[in-house]
Amino acid sequence: MPTPDLPYDPAELRTLALSDTGFIFDPRTGHSYSANATGLATLAAMKDGLDPAAIATKLRAEFKGGAAVEDDVAGFVDLLRELGLVRARSAP
Amino acid sequence: MADRIYERPAIVRNTFGAMNKVGRRGDLSNHAEIDGVSIDALCKEFGSPLFVFSERRLRARVREAREAFARRYPSTTMCWSYKTNYLDAICAVMHQEGSIAEVVSGMEYDKARRLGMPGDKIVFNGPAKTETELRRAVAERAIIHADHLEEIYLLEKIAAETGATPTVGVRVSLDAGIYPRWDRFGLGLENGQAMQAVKRIARGGKLALGGLHTHIGTFVLEPAAYGRAAAKLADFATEIEKSMGVRPTHVDLGGGFASTNTLATQYHAGAIAPGIGDYAEAITSALIAGASGTGTLPRLFIETGRALIDEAGTLLTSVVATKRLSTGKRAIVIDAGVNLLFTAWWYRLNIAPARSAEAFVEDTAVYGPLCMNIDCIRESVPLPDLRPGERLAIHPVGAYTVTQSMQFINLRPAVVMINEQGTPELIRRAEVLEDLTGPEVLPERLKLGATTSGATPALKIAREG
Repeated sequence: MPTPDLPYDPAELRTLALSDTGFIFDPRTGHSYSANATGLATLAAMKDGLDPAAIATKLRAEFKGGAAVEDDVAGFVDLLRELGLVRARSAP
Repeated sequence: MADRIYERPAIVRNTFGAMNKVGRRGDLSNHAEIDGVSIDALCKEFGSPLFVFSERRLRARVREAREAFARRYPSTTMCWSYKTNYLDAICAVMHQEGSIAEVVSGMEYDKARRLGMPGDKIVFNGPAKTETELRRAVAERAIIHADHLEEIYLLEKIAAETGATPTVGVRVSLDAGIYPRWDRFGLGLENGQAMQAVKRIARGGKLALGGLHTHIGTFVLEPAAYGRAAAKLADFATEIEKSMGVRPTHVDLGGGFASTNTLATQYHAGAIAPGIGDYAEAITSALIAGASGTGTLPRLFIETGRALIDEAGTLLTSVVATKRLSTGKRAIVIDAGVNLLFTAWWYRLNIAPARSAEAFVEDTAVYGPLCMNIDCIRESVPLPDLRPGERLAIHPVGAYTVTQSMQFINLRPAVVMINEQGTPELIRRAEVLEDLTGPEVLPERLKLGATTSGATPALKIAREG
């Protein structure tokens, strides 16, 4: 189902294989990636279609000590764009 | 209940085709304290950035070097290379440990004398000694090593004028079988220039022959090169004695021993650098073998610097900002730049966070605070997620950092030494603006607000406007 209000398209991430250890495989390109624990949690939440605010709330609940989590999530989405895992999409 | 520590979300692409050929990524451990003193506490008390020296490590290293030579060759004198680090406290520790001074300029000579070293405990090297400096060195019976014939002529003139007979050694440039060959210091052995200088000293009637000195290179990772140099000096001393009936008072080597730092061009990590015992074995074996025909062992001067102090020095710094470069690569800005770490241009300095972190690290560019593109401490070093204010330790930086640091864009920070009891002591305060502007002279006519006719039209307009 389309989610035009998100700054990324979750459908682009659905083929990614995520392991609990942070190892990520992209079968479309053959590339693999490593993510830290928060990166893995963010990626999983993005796959599930959560919006950035919901992802920040989830991270705060699962980890302790985050100060600017919303900014960090936005930066992570930018990083995924740099890596070609999601395409540029204008925020609503 | 959240029990995991939050880190900024991060992801990196794995690059299998370009793995490190030595199979490891280096030391990723944290660096939380120095000699039991917390890095964070040091920065809070003395500011950031901050140079920190461990007196314990320094003394241990000097003793190791001294014993490595004395065990093999009792007639050894250790000489502290001032240019490596001429902070008073550092030099004082070296002198307490029995090293005499090795200086290469009048300024360094003055520093040694100011610390109480008598002239005859100062080795005076350097390629550009002035007449004034030489007159003082002669009067104080310093151990002079002449770099060129002009210096010998000057010493002859001083001898003639003062009636003294200065003892003068010769700096010898020789082929020790390493590349690049250093031939700018002293006079050539193979082309006969060194012998020419020795003859001038020994037979000129105004000077007495001192020692033979050579400085074969810097960060020389091959101890055998020192063995070859020592053998050549020993042979040269024998040749001098046979042809002129006078024997050099000593031989002097040791400049250029490597520390455990890692050269930017070096394939392996620096921890595999030769130990001080390897250098000692190479040099002393060659001297003993060289003296077997004569039965006379020359006194040995060892004038090493870097290998003694590099590991004792750490630069503490704080993260100012983090960013992603246009390539997606992570970068951090820290408060210490290449104005403090001249050596960052030829070493891959270790950079470690003060706190322990998750195993996830990302290659990170480390930039200093200078508004200059050249201000890069490491182009790529694996670091965990870092936040502004977090402390980092850059190590080893004991050699050629404090002495080569400069007031460029920023003033220089404080330097502390943690004594053997584990107490940090300030050995150089942080600079203030007056340290920079004190020697400057601003002509009265250029002062803003001056009413002299010399004021520029633009300033007049600014004042009137």
